Amino acid sequence: MTISRRNFLKIAGAAGGALLAGGRKPAAAATAPPADPKGMEFYGMLIDTTKCIGCRSCEEACNEKNRLPKPEVSFSSETVFEKKRDTTPGAFTVLNRYPNPGDPDKPIFVRKMCMHCNQPACATACLVKALEKTPEGPVKYNKDRCMGCRYCMVSCPFDAPKYEYDSALPYLKKCVFCFDRVKNGEQPACVEACPEGASHFGKRRELIEIARQRIYRNPDKYYPHIYGEHEAGGTSMLFLSSVPFEKLDFRMDVGTTPYPEKTTGFLYAVPHIFILWPTFLYGLSYLTHSNDKETGHGEE
Amino acid sequence: MEKNSAVAIHHVKSPTGTDTLRGFLRFLLGELKPKGKILTPFNVVSGLIILGGLVLIVIRFAYGLGSITNLSQEYPWGIWIGFDVVTGVAFAGGAYTLCFVVHILNFKKYEPILRATVLNGFLAYCFYAGALLLDLGRPWNVINPIIGNAFGYSSVLFLVAWHFLLYTLCQFVEIFPAVTEWLYWPKVRKYAKACTTGAVIFGITLSTLHQSGLGALFLMASNKIHPLWYSGNIPILFFVSSVFAGLSMVIAESSLSHRIFRDQIDPRHHASFDDILLGMAKGALGALFAYFFLKVIDFVHGSHWALIDTPMGYWYLVEIIGGVVIPIVLFTIAILGNNVRLVQITAFITALGVILNRLNVSVIAFKWYSANRYYPSWAEVWVTAAVICLEIWAFRWIVNRMPIMSEHPAFPEEEKAHPKETEVLRWKVSAS
Repeated sequence: MTISRRNFLKIAGAAGGALLAGGRKPAAAATAPPADPKGMEFYGMLIDTTKCIGCRSCEEACNEKNRLPKPEVSFSSETVFEKKRDTTPGAFTVLNRYPNPGDPDKPIFVRKMCMHCNQPACATACLVKALEKTPEGPVKYNKDRCMGCRYCMVSCPFDAPKYEYDSALPYLKKCVFCFDRVKNGEQPACVEACPEGASHFGKRRELIEIARQRIYRNPDKYYPHIYGEHEAGGTSMLFLSSVPFEKLDFRMDVGTTPYPEKTTGFLYAVPHIFILWPTFLYGLSYLTHSNDKETGHGEE
Repeated sequence: MEKNSAVAIHHVKSPTGTDTLRGFLRFLLGELKPKGKILTPFNVVSGLIILGGLVLIVIRFAYGLGSITNLSQEYPWGIWIGFDVVTGVAFAGGAYTLCFVVHILNFKKYEPILRATVLNGFLAYCFYAGALLLDLGRPWNVINPIIGNAFGYSSVLFLVAWHFLLYTLCQFVEIFPAVTEWLYWPKVRKYAKACTTGAVIFGITLSTLHQSGLGALFLMASNKIHPLWYSGNIPILFFVSSVFAGLSMVIAESSLSHRIFRDQIDPRHHASFDDILLGMAKGALGALFAYFFLKVIDFVHGSHWALIDTPMGYWYLVEIIGGVVIPIVLFTIAILGNNVRLVQITAFITALGVILNRLNVSVIAFKWYSANRYYPSWAEVWVTAAVICLEIWAFRWIVNRMPIMSEHPAFPEEEKAHPKETEVLRWKVSAS
């Protein structure tokens, strides 16, 4: 997303610069600043469900890294797969098991966590910027700002944010893509723990290249779609699968429009109404009251 | 007239004694005492509800939201938002609608009910939007978007929060002349009245934006709300429906007030009251028609025909037919036949329809596909009832003390005052 926008801006800048300068100084256009002042690209994670063996190492690593409470069922147990699980305030990533139509002995395991959208609905919804999209890619949480309105939960198309309803001093809880590591270019805990390389960390643009290559080279193995490339305007988490994604409970109704764009129409109308409405109302009031003075009310 | 009464007022000490700080405090203390019988059935029942509600609120803050509510990870907003805030604010829409009619369009006919309506709107914002604090996980951080501890300008909720605050202030300015009359501060009243038009214009603008903003809150829940209720036009639908929601609430509320506070009401107003109700019914009917056509456009544009023959589709028809079509028919019959009783009944049906619509968008059609549906817990309903009872207590306390239902005898509206009243006033002032 960013890189394509950046490239686009470079090209547009070059074209625009050339137009403005009448073609005399193309060098000025070549030095057009990148879209992001830091020249940063989003990091992402490519999760290849065909490689995952369901060992739950990612869950365990996440639990330790974020100092989450120990679960009742140990991380080595497979009994958790009997039911479909969702993330909770105490588990930022969970694995779910799905039958594999191609090979019944090798079920498909799918990780679930915050998708870290390129343009997140939650961060747009947050009125105190407690949730923020960082230039590195993670959507981080500034817990001291949060007032607990839970509008982010209403807005998130993936239902990623979870709330501590049982606490008198609650916070929002979700995967923050190990922001403290990722901002230094280090891989998150779950990727580090993965023995099969099913979760792969890198620049989002490069991950999409890798994913495309895998699909291209193994057309029989992969379903030809990268979930997260365009979903909800693109996400930092990218998924590959051998079966259509709807069979793995991925939400197929999120569309490709970035979620913040759903409210821009309304928000852009606000300043216009703020200028035009009072003008109109004052004018109307002036006209309807102009007769009052002529009749001389209040005077004797 | 005004001049005369003002001269008269200047000659005497304030009858309430509120021109000194000590007198003001003594007056306030005296007014704080309850008036009339204390142990009425209503007081006992509502008192118990409020008491129970306070206990529940203590539990909620001690043990977290999960202790008394049915909120879940799937349903972050329950009836404290869907009913108290979203529906409560729609019903408060009568205040800006009537202010528009009286102050901007200069229809003096509706003036007798204006103060009660604005007071109701003001209290609705204080109590129902105030109930929002109960729902916030960390309510003390509610000042963050106001003091600028990171402004989230991109958020619709940021806009709604600011507008709530500013509009509540506007309504206070609009109702403030009544406070000055109660305290007998003629000088302050003069300045307060001068601010009214400004507050009204600002208030209508704010209302337009935050009534629609409440709908815009749900724009990003596009894949969670049933397609029959989700629409890109939801802000406009919320705004238009707030007009008839507000008017039907004013009709219902003023009909009740007229019975309860009968002795306070000016006899001249009694005579014009039926006319006022019929006028408001016409306004509500117009808004209902506009709303109905907007809904039809949405429905046709979304090609939702296939969805009608589903359980949610039937539910949608209940809302549209019961809450919009039937009120349109009944209001029309009532207006044509000058049937005030039918206007009151229809207003009640319309209000129910609005409750249904707001609850559908925020709770019932929200995650309609979910296996674990949200139902409010008894405690959530109880606290909501307690908030409503508190609002009624506050309303009653103010109406029994301030000139809300009728004019203060010392401060008649310029247009209506006639010599006889001035004579009465002079006599009263000289007698005191």
